[in-house]
Amino acid sequence: MKTLTRRDFGVAVAAAVLLPATNARADDMEVHIDNFVFQPAEMKIKVGTTVTWTNRDDIPHTVVSAGKFRSKTLDTDDKFSFTFTNAGDYKYFCSLHPHMTGMIKVE
Amino acid sequence: MSGHDHGEDGVSRRKVLECMTWAGTGVLWTITGGVPRSLGIIDSAQAATTPGMTFLQISDSHVGFDKPANPNALGTLEEAVNKINAMPAKPSFMIHTGDITHLSKTAEFDNAERIISQTKLDVHYVPGEHDFLDEEVKFYRERYGRGTKGQGWYSFDAGGVHFIGLVNVVDLKAGGLGNLGAEQLEWLEDDLRGKSKSTPIVLFAHIPLWTVYPQWGWGTEDGARALEYVKGFGSVTVLNGHIHQVMQKVEGNVTFHTARSTAFPQPAPGTAPSPGPMKVEDAKLRSMLGVASVNFTQGDQRLAIIDTPLQG
Repeated sequence: MKTLTRRDFGVAVAAAVLLPATNARADDMEVHIDNFVFQPAEMKIKVGTTVTWTNRDDIPHTVVSAGKFRSKTLDTDDKFSFTFTNAGDYKYFCSLHPHMTGMIKVE
Repeated sequence: MSGHDHGEDGVSRRKVLECMTWAGTGVLWTITGGVPRSLGIIDSAQAATTPGMTFLQISDSHVGFDKPANPNALGTLEEAVNKINAMPAKPSFMIHTGDITHLSKTAEFDNAERIISQTKLDVHYVPGEHDFLDEEVKFYRERYGRGTKGQGWYSFDAGGVHFIGLVNVVDLKAGGLGNLGAEQLEWLEDDLRGKSKSTPIVLFAHIPLWTVYPQWGWGTEDGARALEYVKGFGSVTVLNGHIHQVMQKVEGNVTFHTARSTAFPQPAPGTAPSPGPMKVEDAKLRSMLGVASVNFTQGDQRLAIIDTPLQG
């Protein structure tokens, strides 16, 4: 019985250690749009991470990275998510207010 | 302007802008030889007796907007239309410098049309960025794009003045400002070719064609190229919207002017964290919304712009 218990304990520890690594959701990131600014303006993430943008302004915005992703028009409190499956630098901007720019660095 | 406290370094930038805004509430500007001259405060009845052609500019009606800065943008558009209908002399036509709707929804376009058509005036539109938000970017052009080129630019003549409606809200580049693009600039150069330099020109577009405040995107990347083409003309007037406040500048023979919104005010450049809708006291809102009327008297190259708030 004692041996079994020790083995069960070992399995439980292994599972606990593996859990954060296999659960990508724990790494998901958020960008807020406040006062015509992407916050944070630059973000470093790991491949597989999903980033969600939320528009908290009274004016609609978009999130566009040329050739990579393009959100619909986001009205107040609307969200847009994108999962980054390839490493690289993703510059993006708001196509309605192009002075609003941001960067996601995926490694 | 009296009563303004001038700092030790003279009038601060902010004070100057406040004066400009104040000037917009009822001063008749006469432009003679490129120099603006204030004729003093007048009312719209006097303005209407001015001979010559008068047309109206309305802008940024943002039909569908319902946030705290103005929960009823359709209602204030209706008030603007009532104001227009009450004018003692009927203007020749109207231009709308864009952001007719807030989110380019069919119902928003329908509501805007229902109210604006009550003026019974011909309306010449140019789109704002808020009018191109539908998935297929077709609602604006289906309604207002007939007979236009490219994304919706065109020209027409009225009362001896050549009017040119430009589109500077398409294909905007990251980090940049408003954009006309090579195709439209080429068309513009062509459109002006052979025109007598004494023909008064009115250019109108949504985003200011001059650089008002690039930090907020208030300007047009290649606007200077368009202005290059009209340089030789004796009288050029540039009418824009987008910034929801009255601003005026004169450079040589070119007068630049922006109109108020009929929906909500925006802050003066740099006076707030962002150019977003500005919430003011309810009692003050209608003094910051309004329409502009523009009078052109043939022969003397004079063009006067009168901004009339909804109230105050």
